[in-house]
Parts: sequence; C-alpha cells; structure tokens
Amino acid sequence: MTITCRVAAWVAVLSLAVAPVRAQVSFERLLHTSQEPQNWLTYSGTLFSHRYTPLNQITPANVKNLELQWVFQTRGPAEPTEKSEATPLVIDGVMYTVLSPNHVVALDAATGRMFWMYSPRLSPLARVCCGRVNRGLAILGDTLFMGTIDGHLIAIDAKNGKPIWDVNVTRPELGYSLTMAPLIVKDKVIIGPAGGEYGIRGFIAAFDAKTGKESWRFHTVPGPGQPGFESWPAGSNAWEHGGGSIWVTGSYDPDLNLTYWGVGNPGPDWNADPRPGDNLYTDSVVALDPDTGALKWHYQFTPHDEFDYDATQVPVLADMEWKGRPRKVMLSANRNGFWYVLDRSTGEFLQGKPFVRVNWAEGIDEKGRPKRTLNATPEGTLVYPNNQGATNWYSPSYSPRTGLFYIPTWMDTYSTYTKGDVQYKEGNQYTGRFPTMTVPALRTGPGNINQRTPQEGWGAIQAFDPKSGELKWQFKMADVTDSGVLATASDLVFAGGREGYFFALDARTGAELWRGSVGGQVSAGPMSYAVNGRQYVAISAGSALFVYALHQ
Amino acid sequence: MKRCLLSIAIQVLLLPWTALLAAQDHSYTQADVENGARLYQSSCAGCHGPNGDMVPGIELQRGRFRHATGDTDIIRIIQSGIPGTTMPPSSFTDAQAGTIVAFLRSGVPTTDGGTRIVRGDASKGRAIFEGKGRCGTCHRVDGVGPRVAPDLSDIGAIRPARELEQKLVDPNALVRPANRFIEIVMKDGTKVTGHLLNQDTFSIKLLDSRERLLSLAKRDLREYTYVKDSPMPSYRDALTAGELGDLVTYLVSLKGERP
Repeated sequence: MTITCRVAAWVAVLSLAVAPVRAQVSFERLLHTSQEPQNWLTYSGTLFSHRYTPLNQITPANVKNLELQWVFQTRGPAEPTEKSEATPLVIDGVMYTVLSPNHVVALDAATGRMFWMYSPRLSPLARVCCGRVNRGLAILGDTLFMGTIDGHLIAIDAKNGKPIWDVNVTRPELGYSLTMAPLIVKDKVIIGPAGGEYGIRGFIAAFDAKTGKESWRFHTVPGPGQPGFESWPAGSNAWEHGGGSIWVTGSYDPDLNLTYWGVGNPGPDWNADPRPGDNLYTDSVVALDPDTGALKWHYQFTPHDEFDYDATQVPVLADMEWKGRPRKVMLSANRNGFWYVLDRSTGEFLQGKPFVRVNWAEGIDEKGRPKRTLNATPEGTLVYPNNQGATNWYSPSYSPRTGLFYIPTWMDTYSTYTKGDVQYKEGNQYTGRFPTMTVPALRTGPGNINQRTPQEGWGAIQAFDPKSGELKWQFKMADVTDSGVLATASDLVFAGGREGYFFALDARTGAELWRGSVGGQVSAGPMSYAVNGRQYVAISAGSALFVYALHQ
Repeated sequence: MKRCLLSIAIQVLLLPWTALLAAQDHSYTQADVENGARLYQSSCAGCHGPNGDMVPGIELQRGRFRHATGDTDIIRIIQSGIPGTTMPPSSFTDAQAGTIVAFLRSGVPTTDGGTRIVRGDASKGRAIFEGKGRCGTCHRVDGVGPRVAPDLSDIGAIRPARELEQKLVDPNALVRPANRFIEIVMKDGTKVTGHLLNQDTFSIKLLDSRERLLSLAKRDLREYTYVKDSPMPSYRDALTAGELGDLVTYLVSLKGERP
C-alpha cells in the first residue's frame, strides 16, 4: 500500500467514525434553521422566535414511551445553588449551555458528557435583582457569545472554550447586568442590560462579532432632544434612572430588516411620582434597524406603568392571513394581562385581548391604548394580574401547523401596590415599596409547598387562535409556571411548571399525553434537537438539565 | 430655655444610637419596627422578599442567616454588604440599620407607641393552655399533644404577640395557608378531613384526623373543599383579659429550642 493509499484509507475511516462536521454557523444557517431541524441554533430556535421544532419523531402516539436519557447538574463550581434559566444551543451533536451565573460548557448532546468548561472571573460588584442567572448563548461562525452578570460581553471559541474577546458593556456597580442570550443579526451581536430595579437607563447595543467593537447603542429611555423625551417630565433627571431594561432575547425579520425587542419597566417600579408621563419606551416593543440601531416604530403596552409590567416577553413573528389578506404580524403575550397582535411592518395595533383576570384596565381602545382604571395609592391598591404578571419572560410558542399561540400563564393572581417613598442612590434598588402577593417567590430547590386556594392563583398553558382571538384550550395547573413552551411538528406541546413536572400535551386539544417528574421548579424553556437520527427534548429544572428521548 | 435646649441637644445626639442600642438588647419600640418595616420594604424586600425568605438558606424573620451571628452582625452586613455575593453595601446609618433589625425581630414581644405592653405570667399561661383553655386537646408543644392543629413549639419565634392575641379572640381573622384544612370526598363516598400539607395538579397531600400522611390522586376524588374558617373556638368571652395576657405570654415564650 502506498503512502497515498494509506492516507486515503485513513481519510475514509475518519469520515465514517466522526460525525459529519459542517461548516461554521453562518448567518445564512441562522436564517434557515428549518433546513437543519436537528440543530437548535438560537435562543428561541428561530429568528422568528417560534420555539417550534420541525422534528416529529416523538408523536402524540408514542410520547408515552419518552424516558430520561441523561441529567447534567447546572450548579457552577464554587457557586451557591441557583436556578437554571438557560436554553441550550445544539450544533451538529454538540450542546452549549450556561451554568449559573456564567460558566459555559460544551457537552456531547447524546450523552451529556463534557468537552470543556469556561469560567470567566466575575466582578464582586455585580448585583442582580432576581437571581445570578443567565438565559443562554448565541453562536456565529465558531464563536459563542455570552453576556455576564457583571456587564461584560464575551466571545468564546466554540472548539476549545477559550475567550476570544471580552468587552465591558456597562457598569455592574450601578445595577446593570447582562442575563439574556444575545441575538445575532448579520455580523453583529445584540444585547441589552437587566437592572430595572436599580434605576438604570436601559439600552440595546450591537457589537461586531469579530472584534467586539460597539456598532451602535439605542437608549430605551430617550434623552433630551430625542423623540419620545416628551413622555418624561421636563426639568427633571427622571429619565436618567428611567429603567427600560432589556433582559429577554429579541427577534429578527430579514425581509423587513427589523429587529424587535421588548423593553422592561420604568424606574422606580412602584412609585411613579418622579416620572409623570407615558415614560417611553418602557413597557414597549421597539423595532430597530439592525445596521444602525435607528428606531423604525414602537408600540407601548403599558403607558406610565406602576405595576412592574415589563414588556420583556419574546416577540413572536408570524405570517398569516389576517382579515382576508396576508399580513406580517407580531404576537405578544404581555405581563400586563393582555395578548396582542401587531402589524410588525408598521407597529399598527390590530388586536389586544385579556388572557387572565385583569382589573387595572377595562380593555384597550381602538388605537391600542389601555383604558386605565387603577393606580397605585398610599393606602394600597389591589391589582390583577400580580406583580410577576400574567406571563413573564417565559417563552411562548407558535406552531405554524396548528396556527395556535401557546402562552404559559399565571391565572387569577393579584398584588397589593402601596406607594412608598423612593430616592435614587447609586447601586441601590430604586423601586418604591415592594408589593405584596399570595404566590411565593420561585426557589432553587424542590417545588413549593402549595397550600393556596385557586382564588389565590394557579397556572395554565393556554392556546389561543390569533385570527379569531379565541381561547382554544387551557391546561390547568395547581401552581403557577415559569416554564417556556415548545411546540413540535408532530403537534405536541412541551412545558413544565413550579410543581416540578415536565409534560407533553396534544397541541390541538391540550390533553395531557405524558409527564415526568423533574423534582425542581421549571424556570426555563424546553428545546429539541436530534443526534444520529434520534430526537431529544431538553428542559432545565431546579439546578439541573434533563434530556429525554423515546425508549429504544 | 437653656435646659430645654440642652435636653433637645442630648436627645438629638442620642437619636442615632437609640435604635442600635435597642437592637442590641432586643427591645424595640413600635416606631422602630414601623420605620424598619418601611426601610425593609423599600430596600431589602426586592431581593429578600416581603417575608424575608426569598434568598435560599436565609429566613430573615425567623432569624436564619448565612453570615450573621447576631444583631450587630446584621447591622454591619446591611451597611457593608457581603463581597462576592449579591448583598450590596448601603448608606444606612446605624440607627436606620437598627430599625431594620427591629423590624426583622418584631416577632418578639414589643412595645406599643413607646409604652411596654403589660405582659402576663407565662406559667399561669401554661396552666390555662393545659387546663381551662383546652388548647392542648388540639395543639402540640414540645412533643406533647396531637398533630393535626398547628404545632406551637416555636410559635413565639415566628409570630408576634399582637397576632397571637388576635388569633385567640378572632380565629378566622387570619387563617394562614400553612394551617388550612381540607375536606375530601373519595369517589366511593368515603370522607377524609385533615391538615392540607401540599398539593399539585395531580395529587393532594394531607395529615388526616387520624394522623396518617395521605397522598391522594385527584382523579380518585369526587370533590375536595378548602375549609375557609379555623376550627379553633374564639376565647374572646371564654378568658379574661388577664388570662389572655398570660396565655399570650406563654405562647411567646415557646421559641422552638432544639431538644
């Protein structure tokens, strides 16, 4: 055998032994994720944020045979226990995810065994309102991108876990933190800061994926002279601490070349006295030109919010027949208790309906403005839905097959808002008095002890038909849910809840078809992928990642 | 006038220290508690939650801390934060931090408008608990008594005196979720009543009237009803004010010390 022959033989052997290695994750691949259903390339699965998998091996008929394949503990080294809110990425058999707060791991997606771990050194100045968490990564080329709780954006080599660049995006000592999974649009990495409880001034910023150089920054609270500034009090510096955090990944429409982002609550949260006016662009969705950061349009769900109704819900983009003609719409289930259909080309309000009990507004007028009935008072105002909202950052799902919009929901919850004193101090919480509520906070350990009556709040996965606005079905849970929803091409819906169950429902009827006990509260979105032709479904619960597949 | 000014000056000088000293000897005025509650709600509740139990491993109002060993420690941590954790430093004065401690500690018998409540006699209260009040027929203390009603072994550590007093005269005023009863009718007509321990979408866990830990699948139940009112009788007319004071003092003395 000649040397040439030997080399050729080795190449042949290697090509059989090693899983096919694809090209780098180009932006073209991110635009056409449906062509590679075995992979999960971006936070919500697609840039339209459907959280829908084209995989269909697991079906309503066989889902009863689903069984646990592996578990990966997501408690980071030398870290206190923290809930896992991350959605993993899977690229060609390799899973990438984040252990709280910012430890990145690469795993064999079929077995859960680790290739590498990267742990950046974090500043002790980091301060976060609601957990030292991270919701996931983005990938472009061979590079992963992660925001950190101390305000850095880090590019990491996907092959060896080594940092490529690390930029300081913002100031952790003032309460700015990066907890969301970044969004890739073309050659840019887009991200924004959490910190709506610390009197930050929010922004959405884009960075060159190769170098980390900042390309543009759009302030979610306009400054003097900018459009929208008239919605803040004149002669006051309220806008400097006006909130407008960004902590859930946005969406992108390549045809319109617009990227869509939900903006957080105004600051201070629960005493609006320092900020009379509508307080743009808090509690809004903004549509930006991803090349320049220029604002194309905005729609504000909750003007002059006093109830912490962040609009940081995932904007779901869908193309559908709307009142007799094709229309590019955005679906948004909002923390304020209404779910919306907007025209995503223009921001035009098309429909807004309550999906829970709501008493702070008696509906939405024809222009899309809520008809407000309640305000916070010094004596206390009882408001439905509660401070955590009718839904929150938990991903909804849209199935192009069923045409239904699936919303994880907190039903019949309320808070009492009592207006209290508030004063801005750097790095301190800037909120007003914390509202009271009946539903306890989410914990990292086992599910809550639940001794509440249904009148004190319960949970549901709800399916709505955007065209008719009708509720199609409702899967009721005794406790609320912080879980995202995943729809599949086989008409299944996967979700979980605080009770520590992960379950599969019939996407057309809501009938429960399977459930497993994960022993911890689900506070993350499910996702699905395939390796060697076998479909897997993954969900984080408590401080662990659980991965299921059909029994073999 | 001079004396008056001197007096005011002394009061002003003493002011920042009063709450701190109060915190150190565990004696707080109602005003301290109320001021501390306000500061707590505006600055602490965001992370620690309205009940002080949102951070794992810490239950502020039950005195369960990770780092602090005493009130002085708590004041130091409130002011300096804990490096490497999410607990930030603050600009609170000693007095302000002291009022927060006062609020956190308000489960102990406290003062009312600056005047101490007339406290009763704990040993007399215990006699009422075991005798005239018949409390021990339902409640358990330090391993003695039935288990279906709330175990009161640490009630003095987790409830303020005013709340215990209110509970004795008006049991239905506040039935906490943790003390709820549930009535269940099985599909075969069997009735089960007990203390609701936990529930989820598919099951109910309870301690029934025979002190059995039961886990029932909801699909096996015909119906279940949350009992709205407390099964406890009111002692408004059954006990004198003095006897109520004795009983409350006894209950407050139950701190759940480790056996």
